[in-house]
Amino acid sequence: MSEKRILTENCGLIDPKDINTYLAKQGLQAWRKARKTMTPQQVIEEIKRAGLRGRGGAGFPCGLKWELAGRAEGEKKYLICNADEGEVGTFKDRFLIQNDPFSLLEGMAISAFAIGAEKAFIYLRAEYRYLLEGLRNALRQAEDSGLLEELDIEIREGAGAYICGEESALMNSIEGKRGEARFRPPFPPVNGLFGFPTIINNVETLANVPLIIRNGADWYSRMGTKESKGTKLFCVSGDVSRPGIYELEMGSSLKDLVIGLAGGEDVMMVQVGGSTGRVLPFSMIDIPLAYESVLGSGAVIVFDHSRDMVDFLYRTIEFLNEESCGLCTPCREGIECLIEVLDRLVNGEGVQGDLEILEVSCAPMASASLCGLGQSAPTPVRDSLQYFREAFAGRISQSVLLRSLKSIPSSGKPASYNQD
Amino acid sequence: MTGISTDKRDTLLAMITEEQRTLGFVSKSSMFSMAQWLGIPVAEVYGVVTFHTFFSVKPQGKHVVRSCKSVPCHLKRSEMVASWIGDYLGVNAGETTPDGRFSFELTNCIGACDQSPAMLVDDVLYGDLNQERVAKILKSFD
Repeated sequence: MSEKRILTENCGLIDPKDINTYLAKQGLQAWRKARKTMTPQQVIEEIKRAGLRGRGGAGFPCGLKWELAGRAEGEKKYLICNADEGEVGTFKDRFLIQNDPFSLLEGMAISAFAIGAEKAFIYLRAEYRYLLEGLRNALRQAEDSGLLEELDIEIREGAGAYICGEESALMNSIEGKRGEARFRPPFPPVNGLFGFPTIINNVETLANVPLIIRNGADWYSRMGTKESKGTKLFCVSGDVSRPGIYELEMGSSLKDLVIGLAGGEDVMMVQVGGSTGRVLPFSMIDIPLAYESVLGSGAVIVFDHSRDMVDFLYRTIEFLNEESCGLCTPCREGIECLIEVLDRLVNGEGVQGDLEILEVSCAPMASASLCGLGQSAPTPVRDSLQYFREAFAGRISQSVLLRSLKSIPSSGKPASYNQD
Repeated sequence: MTGISTDKRDTLLAMITEEQRTLGFVSKSSMFSMAQWLGIPVAEVYGVVTFHTFFSVKPQGKHVVRSCKSVPCHLKRSEMVASWIGDYLGVNAGETTPDGRFSFELTNCIGACDQSPAMLVDDVLYGDLNQERVAKILKSFD
């Protein structure tokens, strides 16, 4: 299985500093086609028929989202490009902005036309500030080329908060509030930024739009599986010899990606989809990468047999504990509970019943949390316990052993005996 | 949902960013004046400042070194990177050098997992770090 480069076709071939090189590669043709030969409704239909779904991780059908916003009543409408790529192990949006910012801007122009937005935001994470200048330059050139004649795009910078990549938290952040998740409904396409209908799409999703409009929905939907059309960018990191970005047709196998392309050896486990993603043991390496099986943000972190599962899970949950916005109780207290137990396990202080506490904590988080962070935080916990239970159980028996050793002083008499 | 919303409230994040970048921290007095200008409680401004890891209410060093500690960098021994930085600067993570030149922080994923272990110094990304490279990079800021 080889890569299928359609979204990244321009990457490395065009000069991201010069829009003329983009124009030479069919740049802006999709936008012209949409504006001259299609109605906004037809654009939405085309995206729907193509089967494009959100590439940020949640996988919501893009056309449906646009349709809801297009139909919604509102004095004005907003488009937001989510470039707050904070998911652990994900760096595809950085790659796209660095190598082909024009496809993103063209996709935004088409999207704004389809839903009737005159104002758009790109929310760029603070960690990517080094991309700002290139992006601004691309924006200026796009304006000069007439791409943005009816659309005002403003870049807003984040300030270091993972949760701001969650759509409702992102809107709060743009509004100048703490990046806490919102209660839904109302959903953003009806009542979003400043209370107006709003579409929030990931960088990769928007960059796919020009391809679909230019080549047609039929061309696009021929690629992929029943539920997952087109291609996906995967970010491979960890124990592989060739980490990096790989573009594969949806439905490609994890094995082809991790072993064939990225050169993984002695693989024990792969986490797909970032910190809240699935944890897959090597026995499941043949799984297809698609929304109906496993996908997420496209982060693929590979672990070989030298790695420790308890350490991995502790670090993952520690990350989520730091990044939870703390607004809703199931997420805030649930993660706190998970980290308390995992902290015991990594420090050799585990007690019988710890694994059951981990399992019991997961259910309310998954069902009652306000946003995706809390809802999916149990995913790596459940998977780790299901596939690597012996690693966790072993840590408890080691803890018991350590305690028993500590309680015996060097004289050979138990500590309690001396204290008496 | 929280506080009084005004039509200029959405300028708050950019104002704080500007303050952080020019002064190296967000002072109490600047938070008061932002709150006054926006007509919102100071607690609201303080709430936004402390929500974000790139803002500090205490003076930071001239340069901020952020070493990534998330899982992909951890797999490439990011603890060693943190200890090299700590040794070079003579401070622990979360501290500022006495001469005020550097602040050293551990950060969550900075999206450079293909070149892990990685760090940010101010706005510049440095990947594929080793001891020699860390020393060389930090020296260039001296």
